[in-house]
Amino acid sequence: MKPGHGEILLAEGDVEVRAEEEALIAEFQRQLELGMWAAVPVATAGGRREARMVRDFAEVPRDADRVIFFPRAAGGR
Amino acid sequence: MALALVATTIVILALLWEVSWPAAAEHLERRRAGRARVPSLDIDPGRERRAEQRARQLLRSCVNEEEWEMYRDLGFIRVWGALAEGLDRDRGGTVATELGAPYAYLLYPHKPIVAYLPQTRELLNEYCVDFPDETRPYGSARLPDSDDVLAKWMALTGDERRLIETANMHLPGRQVDPKRVRRDLWRLQEWERQRMRRRARAQGDPAGRDTGPAGSVSAP
Repeated sequence: MKPGHGEILLAEGDVEVRAEEEALIAEFQRQLELGMWAAVPVATAGGRREARMVRDFAEVPRDADRVIFFPRAAGGR
Repeated sequence: MALALVATTIVILALLWEVSWPAAAEHLERRRAGRARVPSLDIDPGRERRAEQRARQLLRSCVNEEEWEMYRDLGFIRVWGALAEGLDRDRGGTVATELGAPYAYLLYPHKPIVAYLPQTRELLNEYCVDFPDETRPYGSARLPDSDDVLAKWMALTGDERRLIETANMHLPGRQVDPKRVRRDLWRLQEWERQRMRRRARAQGDPAGRDTGPAGSVSAP
């Protein structure tokens, strides 16, 4: 998510393909260094939907179809 | 005599010049400006609307069906509080929430998150939170409305404690009118009642009996 733009595709690839996985990891790191938070939407066993916050690429479920980056929360006025 | 005439003419010309030059200069300036090439500004009036459309699609793909319909119909999403130890008083809770009473949040676009007790509709707090673009420290456009709601939803369902600790906590009514929130809670109750009736009819109960707003008083 980018202010003023909405959703932007940053990178895509197959984690089973080494080169593509490395590209995904590099983009993941770059977004975190920019100060973004990363979340993976998941469905729980009870059918509820929730987000799983991830701070490292290794925490991303291997079967996740996307990671959403959004600006870090800050106390508002 | 001739010298006097020449001198008078020179004075008259000088006075006329003095009087007419500012107007002439302004006229020339206007002509130049009129002919000047105006730089075209790269403004796309539909960009924000398209961004909001994309944001709605993204939100819909992340939240469950009930939450999406709630946002579509009412303009906000309710998220149940999930702190295992309850919402303590340091974080804006009450004795009831410390003892485990269910609590919930209302997520409005670009407004504080409102915490409340569903059973009594007591408003607990407002949590003011922003998602600023830190790559542009001198200010930037804000997230589309639906992205702002999704960011709150992800941060709240993903790490409620961190979001609540990051937010600035205020008493109810600082930014969101409590009357509006109570009206929204009533709308939510009616919406849930109608939704349950529709579902009951769809499942073969022709009466679509009024089962009450169970969703608004019980945690999932």
